[in-house]
Amino acid sequence: MNTDRIIQVSDLTKRYDEILAVDHISFDVNKGEVFGFLGPNGAGKTTTIRMLTGLSKPTDGKASIWGLDINSEIVQIKKHIGVVPEISNLYDELSAFDNLLFMAQLYGIPKSVRKKKAEELLKTFRLYERKDSLFRTFSRGMKRALTVAAALIHNPAVLFLDEPTVGLDVVAARSLRNLISNLRQQGITIFLTTHYLEEADLLCDRAAILVKGRILTIDNPQVLKAKTDKKSLEEAFMKITGLEPEVLAIEKGK
Amino acid sequence: MKKESEMWRDNVRGIFYIALKDIKTYYFKPPAVSWGIVFPITWILAFYLRNPGSFEELVPGLIAMTILFSTTAAEAVVINFELRLGSLERLLLAPVSLSAVLFGKVLGGVVFGFAMTLVVTIGSTIVLGLHPDFVYLILIIIPSLLVFSSLGALLCVLVKEVFEAQTLLNLPRFLMIFLSGVVYPVSKMPVALRYLSYTLPLTYTVEGLRFSFSGGSGKMILSYTLILIGFLLLFILPAVKLLSKKFE
Repeated sequence: MNTDRIIQVSDLTKRYDEILAVDHISFDVNKGEVFGFLGPNGAGKTTTIRMLTGLSKPTDGKASIWGLDINSEIVQIKKHIGVVPEISNLYDELSAFDNLLFMAQLYGIPKSVRKKKAEELLKTFRLYERKDSLFRTFSRGMKRALTVAAALIHNPAVLFLDEPTVGLDVVAARSLRNLISNLRQQGITIFLTTHYLEEADLLCDRAAILVKGRILTIDNPQVLKAKTDKKSLEEAFMKITGLEPEVLAIEKGK
Repeated sequence: MKKESEMWRDNVRGIFYIALKDIKTYYFKPPAVSWGIVFPITWILAFYLRNPGSFEELVPGLIAMTILFSTTAAEAVVINFELRLGSLERLLLAPVSLSAVLFGKVLGGVVFGFAMTLVVTIGSTIVLGLHPDFVYLILIIIPSLLVFSSLGALLCVLVKEVFEAQTLLNLPRFLMIFLSGVVYPVSKMPVALRYLSYTLPLTYTVEGLRFSFSGGSGKMILSYTLILIGFLLLFILPAVKLLSKKFE
C-alpha cells in the first residue's frame, strides 16, 4: 500500500436497475489533502460517498481506505473515518451533549475520556452553552456544526463531508469553511462534495469533476482554471462539463 | 482471529448502547407504558367483567398480552421514525453491523417488555396467591419477548411510515388475542381455528405460561421454547435482509 494514498478507488461502479449512478470511476486521495468531488445534481457524488462509507455496496470495482477493502473490511474502516451526511441526522430527542456521548459510546471511546472529548468538541464548535439543549431546538447552522462534531468524536483520519454548507447562512457557512481549513491543518484528510465551486476553489487541493457518474478530470483548482483559460473554477467547471453553452443560451434569453 | 473478536466486541457494544439509548429515549415514556401495560390490563378486566369466573385462569393470557404489547409498543417509532429522519442510517456509520443495529432495536423492546412483564407477573402472583414454576416462566417469557420484538421489527421494516407500521402491527396483535387462547381456550375452539391458532407464536406463549402456573411437564415447556426460538429466526432473519435492502 502506498501510505500517501489514503483512499484508492478503481473502476468503482454502482447501478440501480437501469440507471448507472456511478460509472467505473478511479481516483486516489492523498494523505492530508482536501479532495473535492464536484458535479451537478445526480452526478453520483453522494452515491460514491455511500459506497466508500459502507452504506451501499458497489455493483463493481474496488476501493480501499487505509489499505482496507470497503467490501470485506468496512467495520474496520469505519473506525478511521468520520462522515457528515447531507442531512444533519443526529437524534432530535437527545441533547447536544448526549448526542456526542452516544456517538462516543458506539465508537468504543473509553468511559474516562468520553465526557471530556464531548465537552472539548462542544467548546470548539461554540455549542457548549447549549450543551443541554435538545438537538431539535437548534438552528440549521448549529445542527450542522454538531453533526460535524459528532463525526470527529473518535479522531478520524479521514472525514467525508457531503454538501456541508447547503442551507447555511453566510456566517454559518463561512465558519464551517474555516473549520474545514483548521481540520486540514491538523492533518485530517477531507473528502468534500459541494455544489459551491467558490468553496471548492478556496478549500480543495485537488478536485474531481463528475458528470453522469463519470469523472471528467481531476486536478488542482488553479490548474483546472489555467487549462480552460478561465478566471474562476465555476467557469472552468462549465467548460469542462459542457454546460457553458446551456448557461450562455439562458443568459441570452434574458 | 483478532479482527473477528474485535468485530464481535464492536457489535455487542453497539447492540447494548443502541438498546440503552432507545429505552431511555422512547420506551419508558407514557405512550409506551400505556400500550405496554395499561392496555393489556384493561382488556383482560373487560373480558373478566363480561364473563366473571376464575381470574387466575386469565393470568397467563394477561402476561402473554403484556409481552406482546410491551415489546412492540415503540418499535414503529424506534425503526420507522428513525429511518425517515436518517438517524438509523447514522448508526450504520459507526463500526457496527446492520444486524447489530437491528438486534439493538429488538433488545430495547425486549428489556422494556421484560420490565412490564415482571410487574404484571409478580403483581398477579402475589395478589392472587399463585405458585408458578419460575424456571418454566423464564423458559417461556424470554424467548417470547424476543419473538414479539422481532415480529415488530419485521413488520416495521416492511413499510415506510410510522402510521403504516402501527396499523400493520395491530393486525397480528388483535388476531393473536382472539386466536391464541388469551381469553378463550384453544382446546374449545372449532378444529379449523385450532389449527390456525397453532401457526401463531402467542399460542405457545399462552400455553407455556398455563403450564408454568398449573405444573405441566418440563418436556412440553422445552418443546414450546424451541418452537418460539424457531419463530424468532423466522422473523429476525428476513427483518435483517429487508433492512439492508432499504439502504441500497
